[in-house]
Amino acid sequence: MSEKKSVTKRKKRPLTPKRKEQSRREFLRASVLTVGVVGVSLLGYIPVMQGKTLSLRPPGALKTPEDEQEFFASCIKCGQCVQVCPVEAIKLADLPDGFGIGLPYIDAREQACDFSCDGLQCVLACPTGALTHDLDYPADTRMGFARLSRPKACLAMQGKGFKGQARGPDYKGLLRYEEVDRWTPILVSEHPYDLEICDLCVRQCPIEIRITQCEAAAEEKSQQQEVARVAQQMGNECPPKHAITLEPVDLGDGIARMKPIVQEGCVGCGVCEMICPVESAAIVIDLDKNADTVMEG
Amino acid sequence: MRYIKDSLLQVFGYKIPRPSKDQQSPEVRAIYEGKMGKLSKADLEALHIEHKGSTFFKKWQKRRWATLIIVNLLFVASFYFDVQLVEGSLTGARVVGFHFADLNSALQVALAYKHIVLNLVIGMVTVFVMWMLLGGRTFCSWVCPYHLLSELAEYLHLWLAKKKIIKNRTFSRKVRSVFYVIFALLALVTGYTVFETISPTGILSRALIYGPGIALVWVGLLLLFEVFYSRRAWCRYVCPIGVTYGMVGVFSPVRVKYNAEACHHEGDCRKVCLVPHVLDLTIRNGAAEVNQDVASDCTRCGMCVDICPTDSLTFEVKGLSKMLK
Repeated sequence: MSEKKSVTKRKKRPLTPKRKEQSRREFLRASVLTVGVVGVSLLGYIPVMQGKTLSLRPPGALKTPEDEQEFFASCIKCGQCVQVCPVEAIKLADLPDGFGIGLPYIDAREQACDFSCDGLQCVLACPTGALTHDLDYPADTRMGFARLSRPKACLAMQGKGFKGQARGPDYKGLLRYEEVDRWTPILVSEHPYDLEICDLCVRQCPIEIRITQCEAAAEEKSQQQEVARVAQQMGNECPPKHAITLEPVDLGDGIARMKPIVQEGCVGCGVCEMICPVESAAIVIDLDKNADTVMEG
Repeated sequence: MRYIKDSLLQVFGYKIPRPSKDQQSPEVRAIYEGKMGKLSKADLEALHIEHKGSTFFKKWQKRRWATLIIVNLLFVASFYFDVQLVEGSLTGARVVGFHFADLNSALQVALAYKHIVLNLVIGMVTVFVMWMLLGGRTFCSWVCPYHLLSELAEYLHLWLAKKKIIKNRTFSRKVRSVFYVIFALLALVTGYTVFETISPTGILSRALIYGPGIALVWVGLLLLFEVFYSRRAWCRYVCPIGVTYGMVGVFSPVRVKYNAEACHHEGDCRKVCLVPHVLDLTIRNGAAEVNQDVASDCTRCGMCVDICPTDSLTFEVKGLSKMLK
């Protein structure tokens, strides 16, 4: 029965002049609304075009040093990466970032990613693979590349040591100190240092810490079993290359100076920038480079 | 079939013409003919006064607001207390480990990124099935945090309009489909999820969970627009999320059912409705059958169910309604 009814053509009544005028106005308003709303949404392209949205992104972000478009496209702006980070390094961008609204970024100086989750939790949490699941270990990450931007300010370069809280008593940043607590990161301010020559950027580098651990483990094992070669046991889990080293420099003035040298294993996590006790940091993360581009160039 | 076709037409902004006499079932025609002529002005007035006390805070609205607030607080509490119950936000989430992806956000990502992401597909299917079972645009009125703010703004708008301080302006409803197509195309062409930049749903959800930001200014502007210029403008004329779930709702068994028998046709339901065009069937001679379901653009908010003096509008679950009684 209803079949038959839907076949019958429904009658259309002619519009009264008043209704005609109303629908004309509705159409005009709708046109203005379309232009307005689409226009506002496209304003979001301006900060992207100006390059103002380039930021330190969480590990595995689908981007090249200059181009973050793929990351913008693939991220669903849900913030699950924010929720799993044990040091709360990840924040979400706001409206001034335009199309980048809701995208995760890291302010390294405030709180860097120190890989204290071990398993790249943000990568595992990402539902879209905007933080690519191809990534297995911290050493595979390509977030940026560290650079000693103010060598004259660097304490080690001046031959100076460091004593006290790296970033002062009020600093809220967290780091994991395995010797204090294997599982829970603690406040940097609760972990004062007393160093004859400042080596904080090397000492706290997550890649360097991991290399040291691997070497210690390898030594222990080789003593027990007398067989193993370091490379065989460690596999990919152990960073294949150093990220930062401290090397002596001689300026001919008799002062024992050391210089932090950024190596090819640097992933750009930003811990060196975070921990550098000099204000503002003597070492920073460059976003326009990463270990791969540095090696190519 | 008729329901699906009419629903989709309405979602895309077309007006469904009233059924002609020969399209109406004999039963419904008998009902219309048996009713006295139009209600007198005095009778209407009396009816309005009778219903007035019940326009604010009724059963379904209470339940709905409670649900909306609880769902959003679940996200907030889950992160705040780190219990990992509902992780993420309304654009994408994991509910006790299962992927959920907002259909429109996932579509934007798929079009911009141009890759099929398995987790997103899983999340989309889960969400599609969930809202298909629960009513499609149910998302809008029972979950979307902007809906609640907009509802409060609506009360202010109606008060100002009653005082003749402002005038409500309407737009052509087809514009919402135009937005849907434009934002899909923009994602595809630009490679950016353009709509997310201005989506108050995403902005509010993230603001609740991760803390407020400048983006709330945009949400405030939208609310001001709705208060002073056009009632519920974002939900009615712009939001592609509503279009998406309107399409999902076509297949949903959860619907509002209209029964023409006792209806006064006084139109109080249409006055409280976010999408009054779905209630056109409550106009005298508007229904083709005695019992007819309200089309899928309906957000299942229950405002009409709350206000109807004759219980002519009720919630039903197709196939389950007998069991519910």
